[in-house]
Amino acid sequence: MPIMNMIQSLNLTLHQEFARDDKLLTFGEDVGAFGGVFRVTAGLQEKFGEDRCFDTPLCEQGIIGFGIGIAQKGLKPICEIQFADYIFPAYDQIVNELAKMRYRSGGQYCAPLVIRTPYGGGIHGGHYHSQSPEAQFLHTPGLKVVVASSPYDAKGLLTAAIRCQDPVLFFEPKRIYRQIKEEVPMEEYEIPLGVAKIQTMGHEADLQATLIGWGAQHHQNMEAAKQLNISHGIGIEVINLRTLNPLDINAITCSVQKTGRCLIAHEAPKTQGFGAEIAALVMEHCFLSLEAPVARCCGLDIPFPNALEADYLPDAARVVQAMLDLIRY
Amino acid sequence: MEQLPHFQTFRSQTINSQIINSQTINSLGIDGVLSPTCHYRISDQDLLKGYEIMTLTRLVDERMITLQRQGLISFALSSFGEEACAVASAAALNFCDWMYPQYREPGVMFYRGWSIQEYIHQMFCNSHDLNLGHQMPNHFGAKSLNVVTVSSTIATQIPHAAGCAYAMKLQGEKSVAIAYFGDGGTSEGDFHAGLNFAAVRKVPAIFFCRNNGYAISTPVSKQFASDGVAPKGIGYGIATFRVDGNDYYAVHEITAKAKGLCLEGKGPVLIEAMTYRRGAHSTSDDPSLYRKETEVKEWEAKCPILRLKRHLMIKGLWDDKQDAAMIEKISQEISLSIDVAKAAPAPPLQSLFEHVYFQS
Repeated sequence: MPIMNMIQSLNLTLHQEFARDDKLLTFGEDVGAFGGVFRVTAGLQEKFGEDRCFDTPLCEQGIIGFGIGIAQKGLKPICEIQFADYIFPAYDQIVNELAKMRYRSGGQYCAPLVIRTPYGGGIHGGHYHSQSPEAQFLHTPGLKVVVASSPYDAKGLLTAAIRCQDPVLFFEPKRIYRQIKEEVPMEEYEIPLGVAKIQTMGHEADLQATLIGWGAQHHQNMEAAKQLNISHGIGIEVINLRTLNPLDINAITCSVQKTGRCLIAHEAPKTQGFGAEIAALVMEHCFLSLEAPVARCCGLDIPFPNALEADYLPDAARVVQAMLDLIRY
Repeated sequence: MEQLPHFQTFRSQTINSQIINSQTINSLGIDGVLSPTCHYRISDQDLLKGYEIMTLTRLVDERMITLQRQGLISFALSSFGEEACAVASAAALNFCDWMYPQYREPGVMFYRGWSIQEYIHQMFCNSHDLNLGHQMPNHFGAKSLNVVTVSSTIATQIPHAAGCAYAMKLQGEKSVAIAYFGDGGTSEGDFHAGLNFAAVRKVPAIFFCRNNGYAISTPVSKQFASDGVAPKGIGYGIATFRVDGNDYYAVHEITAKAKGLCLEGKGPVLIEAMTYRRGAHSTSDDPSLYRKETEVKEWEAKCPILRLKRHLMIKGLWDDKQDAAMIEKISQEISLSIDVAKAAPAPPLQSLFEHVYFQS
C-alpha cells in the first residue's frame, strides 16, 4: 500500500472519482492548469479537459452560485474555495440557497455539490489564512459538514461526500496537508458521513475521560492523551468526530457514560464554537454519569493572530493542563 | 440621439458594442398598431394565448391582493403592468428552457401550464402547495415545468441560471436558462458574479431585467448612476438589448433573438425591459408615501394588456363580447379555486421535517 500525504490522497480521490463518473466537475480560483494553490486538483485539467476542471473569476459567491445551477441540472460540481477565510462572500449562497434548495421547493429541486476548502491555523497565515468557521455553517440545517484529519480518512470521506445526495462542506486542515503520511489504499472506499473514530489511550480500567476533537486538533489531542497516559497513568478515550453534521452523538454518549468526564478541544474561538453545542448535548444525554462539568479547551476569543499564533492554538500542552484540571475538579 | 419619451428616467447614449441598440426596441404602439419597421410575426394563436395568460395573471393578482386584505392569505404581491415581460418572454422560449424567476413572474407559471388552482394552493401554502407550505405565498416553482422555485433573496438566482446553462452546454442540449430579476437586483453582487461567470464560460443564458422603476420605495435614480442596466451587460462583454417591456411583440422578438444568439454559441444575453411597477411592492407596502398617483396614471395608458387587446381587435381576432366572456370564465375559475384552497388543510405536521436532507 502506498504511503501518501493528505494532498496526495485527496488528489488521488479526485482523479479516481472523475474517472468513475463523467458528471463530476471541479472549479475555483487557480484550480485549472495550476492545480490549485495547494496542488489538490493537479493534473485534472490535463487529464479530463478544461470543461470539467477550470479556473473561475475571483468571486466566491459566483463559484458557489454557479455550482448550484450546475448541480440542479444534474451534474456534480466540486467547488474549491481557496481558503475557508474567503468563504464569506459566498455565505448567502451557501446558507440561503444551497442549504435550503431542497426544503424550499418541497423536495422538487436540490443542489448536491461539494465545497472543498483548506482551513485552520498553524501555517503563520494571520487573520485571513487561519480561521476555523465550521460553527457558522453548523447552525444551518441542510448542510453536511466534514473535517478530514488524515490521508486515509480524507480519501474515504471525500469519496463519501462526492457520492452524497446533499450539499457537503468539506474542510481540509491545511496545517497537516503534508505533515502526516500514512498508508492509503489505491482502491475506492467510503467512510460513511456521521461515524466518529474512537481511539483508547491506556487500559479500559484506567479510563477517566473522553477527549473530543476534529481536524488538525485531533493530533494535538492524541499527543495530549499519550502524555497523560505515560506521565499520569490516566486512560482516555479520544474521539475524532470526522463529520460534524451528521454528528455521531451515539459515540459521544457511549464514551462519556463510561468515562464520566468530557473535554472538547477545537481551534475556533471558544465562545459559540461547536464545542458549546457538544457540551449541551453531553449535559442532556449524560448528566447522571458526569463526575465534573463538561470542559472546553479552545482557540482564544480574539481574531486569529499572527506572531503569537502558537499561544492562540490549544496545543497538546494546553489540552493536558485542561484535562488535569477536569480530573481534579 | 433620439429621445426616449417612455423612459424619462434614463439618458440615452451611444454605446459601442457588437449588438447593443442604443435605442429601445419598440414595435407595438399604445394604440395597438404594429410599427411598419417591425417585421417580426407571431401567430394569431400565440397572440391570443399571450393575451389570455396576461389577463389571467392580472385577474389572479387582483384577487390575491383582496384575499390578503380579507385575512385569508398572509401575503401577496402582483405583477400589475409588467405582465408582458414574463408572458412574452415565456412565449418566445421552449419548454426545455429552464426558468429562474423572481416572485414577480407568475405569468411564466401560467404560460407553461400551471392551473389557477395550483397557483392558488401555493398562495394559501396549504397541503396541496408543492413547497409543502415551507415558503411564503408567491414563491412558486415546479420541476414539471422546468421553473425553479423562487426564493425571497434578491438576485441569487442569477448565477444559478449561469451554472444551469453551463451544464446544458456540457450536456449538448439545445436549450437555454433564463433568469428574471428587477432593477434593484442589479446592485447585488450575485448579478455581477452571474453575468461575469456566464460571459467568461460563454454559456447559453438569458438575463432578463425588468426595469420597473422601483425596488420597494427606492427609485432607479437612487439605485445606479449608469444609463440604466444595459451598460452593465456591455461592461461584461455580453450582448445586450433594451426593449420596451410593455410591448408584447418587442419582448417576444428580443427573447427569441437572444435564444438564437445563445444557441449559436455567442454566449449569454442581457435584456433590459423598460416597464413600470404599477402595483405596490407587496401587500406590506404603501407606495403613496414615495410616488405620485399621476406617475402611475401615466403608465396605465401604456398597459401591455390593453395594447395587445387593441392590436387583436385591429386584426379582427378579438371583440368586446369575447373579452367579457373570457374574463367571466377566468373569474369564476378563480372563485372556485379559492373555495377549494380555503377548504384544504394545512400541510401535515410531519412535513416540517421533510426534505431538509435527501430522503431515500
